[in-house]
Formats: sequence, structure tokens, C-alpha cells
Amino acid sequence: MLLAIDLGLVIEKLILIVVVISASLVIAMYTTFAERKVAAILQDRRGPNRAGPFGLLQPLADGLKLFFKEEIIPNFSNKFLFILGPALAMLTAMMTSAIIPWGNKLELFGREISLQITDVNVGVLYVFGVVSLGVYGIMIGSWASNNKFSLMGGLRAASQIISYELAMGISMIALLMVTGTLSLKEMVVQQQAGYWNIVKQPLGFLIFLICAFAECNRTPFDLPEAENELIGGYHTEYSSMKLGFFLFAEYINMFVSSVIMATLFFGGYDIPFFNEATLSPNIAAILGIVALMAKVVFFIFLFMWVRWTIPRFRYDQLMHLGWRILIPLALFNMLATGASILYFQ
Amino acid sequence: MQALTSKAKQVSRKPMSFTERMYLPAIFKGMMITFSHIFKKKPTINYPEKQRPFSPVFRGMQILNRDEEGRENCTACGLCAVACPAEAITMEAAERQPGEENLYREEKYAAKYEINMLRCIFCGLCEEACPKDAIYLSETFAPADYQRKQFVYAKNELLIPHPKENPEAYKKALGNRSNKSTVN
Repeated sequence: MLLAIDLGLVIEKLILIVVVISASLVIAMYTTFAERKVAAILQDRRGPNRAGPFGLLQPLADGLKLFFKEEIIPNFSNKFLFILGPALAMLTAMMTSAIIPWGNKLELFGREISLQITDVNVGVLYVFGVVSLGVYGIMIGSWASNNKFSLMGGLRAASQIISYELAMGISMIALLMVTGTLSLKEMVVQQQAGYWNIVKQPLGFLIFLICAFAECNRTPFDLPEAENELIGGYHTEYSSMKLGFFLFAEYINMFVSSVIMATLFFGGYDIPFFNEATLSPNIAAILGIVALMAKVVFFIFLFMWVRWTIPRFRYDQLMHLGWRILIPLALFNMLATGASILYFQ
Repeated sequence: MQALTSKAKQVSRKPMSFTERMYLPAIFKGMMITFSHIFKKKPTINYPEKQRPFSPVFRGMQILNRDEEGRENCTACGLCAVACPAEAITMEAAERQPGEENLYREEKYAAKYEINMLRCIFCGLCEEACPKDAIYLSETFAPADYQRKQFVYAKNELLIPHPKENPEAYKKALGNRSNKSTVN
């Protein structure tokens, strides 16, 4: 019976996938609300407060509005690619969540359920692969719109991702040298036992953070959509829910990269200054999820906070920062990490 | 050359120091400034729920006054229409018939009284011109509408609620101006 399928495992994973996907969709939905609210508060305004108590139904109203809008596909666009663009953006945004350890094990119905959809042993590589795929949605969508502003946005997105992926990758290598593993789960376990990786890799984290901002196309790196120079950039020609998908993918990306940062550098579901082993595993797992979400909320707030503080880069400044500052800095960080590992051996 | 003001400031062109070129301290400083705005008091008023109190001299929509027994004050003398710089007021007078003493205070009254709210500039000259304390500017303003002709307010829209039949609405419509009528 080599091919015996554990039906329980299939059901368990299926439920986990549904929960994770719907949870990240809901979180992304409320991130759009939080973005507007945070923006308002940082600018001494009140923000949306009409739909429902405290405006909590605002994302639903926004979603409904997008569905009811007229759907326009430009005549001279490539229709297949035009639809593929936002779909791809959404898909790649969702894909990363597959390997994130959301918590430790739950014990239910006599089974040990791991709160991670799959523990890929090259998890970090998978993240990089999927994140760099994310730009294809933008590029294909912008090219298919047959509009110069869109194309310009797409080009900017592509060159931006290439420039910052490098620095991100090199800063990751330093982290991998410290941890000695590519599995996200194992990294969290290591951080639970010892220090968080931020202590060992502060410069690496800074580089990773800046690159994460760039990869998510968030201000100050939001050149691909730059409203005031490119009329919305890659999504100029999009309307209705296809536009919604593009915008939504950005928020899911933001959520996922917050989770990745929390997992890689801030101990994932580890509760600081507290030994989880003293609690029963179920409670520890749930508290772990809460701890992870608290870290994620902080990072999402950081994304917004920076957005409403720093203005957008000029294009040459963006390239200068990526190639001439971040990459040498990341290389130096890698070198210094290697040297200190050798020294302490 | 002599400076025109004492506020002129020499622009510093000295090269940035290392910490300045890192930009991170400056970014951090900026973020602290935005963060401090979280705790600032919001100047916005949640309008339909909360309304800002008007100043006592606020001039809103006109109201046609009644006396304590609910009789209309207006005698259709036309002084308000003459005083009106925007020519927003038109009226037609009529003689009070026997048996209408409870409706109109004096022998002559306005059968038709119209104010075009699109012409009105809310200057309050009609209120000043009126010898009978019949018209004054209240604390409400003309609500929005879909058609221009809806903005020509007729007498039934301008009249204050009856003080005996509907005393609360009367008080509300009278607003802070109530003490004004006692002065006259």
C-alpha cells in the first residue's frame, strides 16, 4: 500500500487552504479600510465612518461598487492577456501564503494538525520565485491595455522588481547563512529557541524591509502606478472588478510580505519573553497565531505610516538607491555575516 | 544689494554629512511627525449628527412671524420688497374679511408672499425694513432641491408654525430670535 491516501490529511489540508485563503482575503479587505482610516488619522481627518458602525462595512460597499461598475475592455487591447493580467496578479499574491507557518500544531480529534499548508524545505526560494512572478500580472496587464501610460507603468514595475529583487536576495543569503535552513518552519523553531533574527541581522532586515516596500509597489516606490504622472500606470485602462483585482492584489501582497517579514526576522508565531511549552498545545497554537497577527498588523501599519510620510522617488533616484546603495550594502552585509560566522566558529 | 526684507535667509550649500546622506534619521523624524498627528484633535465635525452652533447674528432662511395668538404679523406694506437689493420678494395684498380676525393681526394681509431663494442674498435688509416684526432671518438655510422653481418659496413654506397648535415647532423655528421680538 505505497499509494494509500490519508483521507484525513486531505480534508485537513483542504480546510486549512480554505481558511487561509479566505482569511487573507478578509484581512486584505480590511487593510483597504485601514489604509483609508490610517491615512485620515495621520492627516487629521476622520476617514470613512458612514457605512456601518465606525464605517466597518466600507470595504463591502467598495467591493459591491466595483462589481456594479461598467466593465470596459479597450477595443485595441489583447483581450485574453487583458483578463489574464489581473488574474495572474491575484493568483501570485495568494500563492505565497501556502508555505507560511501560521502557528504551531493543533491537536483536534486525536490528530496533530500542522498550521502550515505545506512545509517546503526550500520555502524561502519558493517565496522568491512567486514574488518575482507577481510582476508578470502587472506587465501583461499593462502591455495588453495598449496604452502608453500603462506600458510605461509596466516597464517601471519590471525594472523596479529586477533591481530590488537582487538586493533582497543577497540580504536573504546572509540570513540563510546564519540560520542554515531554507524552511520557514525551521526558522521559526530556531527563533523560538534562541534570539529573533532581527538581533543577528539588523542591516539585513533593513535592506529586506526597503526591498519589500519596493516589491509591493508601495510608496515611496509606487512608480508603476504613480497617479500624477502616469494616470494610474498599469491599471489606467482597467475598470470594474478587474481594477479591483489589481488593487486588491497589492493589499494581499502587503499582507503576505508582512507575514514573511514577521516570520523571517521577528520570530513568526513566537511569543516574546514567554515559554509556549508551559501551555497546552492548542492554547499555545492559538496564542501563537495571535502573536503572529499582532506582528503583521504592526508591519501593515508601518507600510501605511511610511506611505503617508515619504513622497515618491524620482525614477533615477529609485535606480540609484537600488543598484548603487542597496546592492553594495547587501553584499557588505553578506561578507560581514560570513566573516563573523567564521570568527565565532 | 540691500535686502528688501529682514527675513532673507542664506541657503546652505555645504555638502551633507554622512548621517544626512543616510536619510534614515530624517525619515525617522518625519515618521515621528506623522505619528504625532494621530493624537491631534480632529477639526472635522460629524455633520448630520453634530451641528456647529450658529453665531447669534447668523442670517439664514426667512420666516414669516405670527404673534402670540397665532395671527400673521404681515400687513403686506411692501417695505421688505422695496428694501430687497436682490428683488427676491413679491407679494399681493388683500383685505381682511370679517371673521378672519384670528388669522391676521391687522386689516390688511399678504394673500401671496413669495421669496425666490435663488435670488436672495441673505443680507437681512427685509428684516430691518419690516415695521411689524413680521419677517426675520432664521437659523436654517434653504435645503437643496432638484428644480429651480422649487426655490421660489410660497407663504405656506415661509410661515412659522402656529404657536398654539404646535408650540414646540414654533419655539424651534423662532430660535434665538425670540428675544428679539420682545425688544420691539
